[in-house]
Amino acid sequence: MPDSRSSADVTVNLVYLARLREAFGRPGEALTLPGGDASVAAVIALLCARGDPFAAELAAGRAVRIAVNHALVGADSVVRDGDEVALLPPVTGG
Amino acid sequence: MTVRIQTADFDAGREIATLRKGDARVGAVAAFIGTVRDVNDAAHVSMLTLEHYPGMTEKALEAIVAEATSRFDILDALVIHRVGTLAPSDQIVLVAVTSGHRGEAFDACRFLMDYLKTRAPFWKKETTPEGARWVDARASDDEAAARWETPAAPR
Repeated sequence: MPDSRSSADVTVNLVYLARLREAFGRPGEALTLPGGDASVAAVIALLCARGDPFAAELAAGRAVRIAVNHALVGADSVVRDGDEVALLPPVTGG
Repeated sequence: MTVRIQTADFDAGREIATLRKGDARVGAVAAFIGTVRDVNDAAHVSMLTLEHYPGMTEKALEAIVAEATSRFDILDALVIHRVGTLAPSDQIVLVAVTSGHRGEAFDACRFLMDYLKTRAPFWKKETTPEGARWVDARASDDEAAARWETPAAPR
């Protein structure tokens, strides 16, 4: 790691959809994960640490699903620099 | 296999005619149309707004169609889903399937709708006299999709 800014830092582009976009008051944002744990779970934990409305909307049991680069993934999935990470409420199409 | 997301209405008759045109192996066409109801959870619905996740929606629908193609002996399939602002009685979604025989066509059509309901990134927002509200997902939709996970599931 030659750089002083850890090259392990990962910045993802968050996308908030439907109810979550309204609850968070924005369509998305960039989020940088400190080096080390670059997982979906780490993204959620970082957002929850802000408090409400993030903590309330993303609490365990709220059935929010995660898509990385347009594919649904699990919480232990790894995220990489530049990934699009979308937070999806339960879908209601059809 | 065709997947379309559009704001415009569709003509199911024309779409089905196009789907089966030129393929004399087709002996069965099954189609489903979902429409906007004016009542949901005891509230009058005057308007329905459908949102989706551009980029992912197309991939999700294509994956669902690919799954149907691998599971059922079908010849072709079409999914059209509308987005934007809709009124009661408006058409929302069309799923149409062609096959040699009715059993596979019926099953594939139902499978496509059950999976679309739980896996495609669409969200409905209703306008009611009490204001606008996001529609809640239904447990019955998850149960309908889950039936296809069990080998030899009862239909």
